[in-house]
Amino acid sequence: MSDLLKIADKTYHSRLLVGTGKYQDFAQTRAAIDASGAEIITVAIRRTNIGQTAGEPSLLDFLPPEEFTYLPNTAGCYSADEAVRTLRLARELLDGHKLVKLEVLGDPNTLYPNMIETIAAAKTLVKDGFDVMVYCSDDPIIAKQLEEIGCCAVMPLASLIGSGMGILNPWNLQIIIANANIPVLVDAGVGTASDAAIAMELGCQGVLMNTAIAAARDPVLMAGAMKKAVEAGRDAYLAGRMPKKLYSASPSSPTAGLIA
Amino acid sequence: MLLIINGKARSFDATNFSVAHLVKSLDLEGKRLAIECNGEIVPRSQFADTQLADGDKLEIVGAVGGG
Repeated sequence: MSDLLKIADKTYHSRLLVGTGKYQDFAQTRAAIDASGAEIITVAIRRTNIGQTAGEPSLLDFLPPEEFTYLPNTAGCYSADEAVRTLRLARELLDGHKLVKLEVLGDPNTLYPNMIETIAAAKTLVKDGFDVMVYCSDDPIIAKQLEEIGCCAVMPLASLIGSGMGILNPWNLQIIIANANIPVLVDAGVGTASDAAIAMELGCQGVLMNTAIAAARDPVLMAGAMKKAVEAGRDAYLAGRMPKKLYSASPSSPTAGLIA
Repeated sequence: MLLIINGKARSFDATNFSVAHLVKSLDLEGKRLAIECNGEIVPRSQFADTQLADGDKLEIVGAVGGG
């Protein structure tokens, strides 16, 4: 039986979601995303350069929206109003596309989310018919509130955006996962493959990352490593790990038949 | 007519100027973009029917790489 990720009534084979920022060029972006096996890719919405872009290739030429599920984000938004406007523009840009990543930041130094503004934006967007995957703090109460508002996935941070610090509070993540009836994905803070595997072993439904791949010395190789890590972590979660013991009185080799 | 486009003032020597005219004059025809006029989305299907007025504030956006 195949183990599929289900988000807002659509299913995906890959549990790795990737960003499209910070790469050298579009060709490297494409190569890394192919190596990651990701089906859902995030994009940012920004003002078009007027008068300088005629004939220049765009991200969409390298990553056709027919091939991937686009997840437009609200990166750089510091208020609910800005985030809602950005995603309404994204919906128009992507022909009525409803699946979005909401993030409302609280501070330019840490990029820590402002959950009061995030909750306000989530309410408006859900009412407006969007399928909202929401970047959030790892507060279990906030995560539950976002679910109750009607978000289709909660995406608590592992650590700060772009920090590569890994999973700083696995205990909170476990509480969020245990209480959730919607997918929980780790978004932000993953630094290397083991971080992604740990997130999946904790029971996350998926992992979203950008910098961990784009800022690696070899982004394409790291993208492949992340694919394997997410798959390995998922399988380990499903397999159910052995209990931890301080020491074992049951050796793996037979106790009988020893030479004398 | 003066329009504020992506935060910059630009003047256009025209009357009966629609969003479709604007897109054409900015050499953006055929590009995948979305437009907001004074905070309201202008659906692509209504570009030709949406007349612009002096002082209108427009945001013209596209998708770029991001995480």
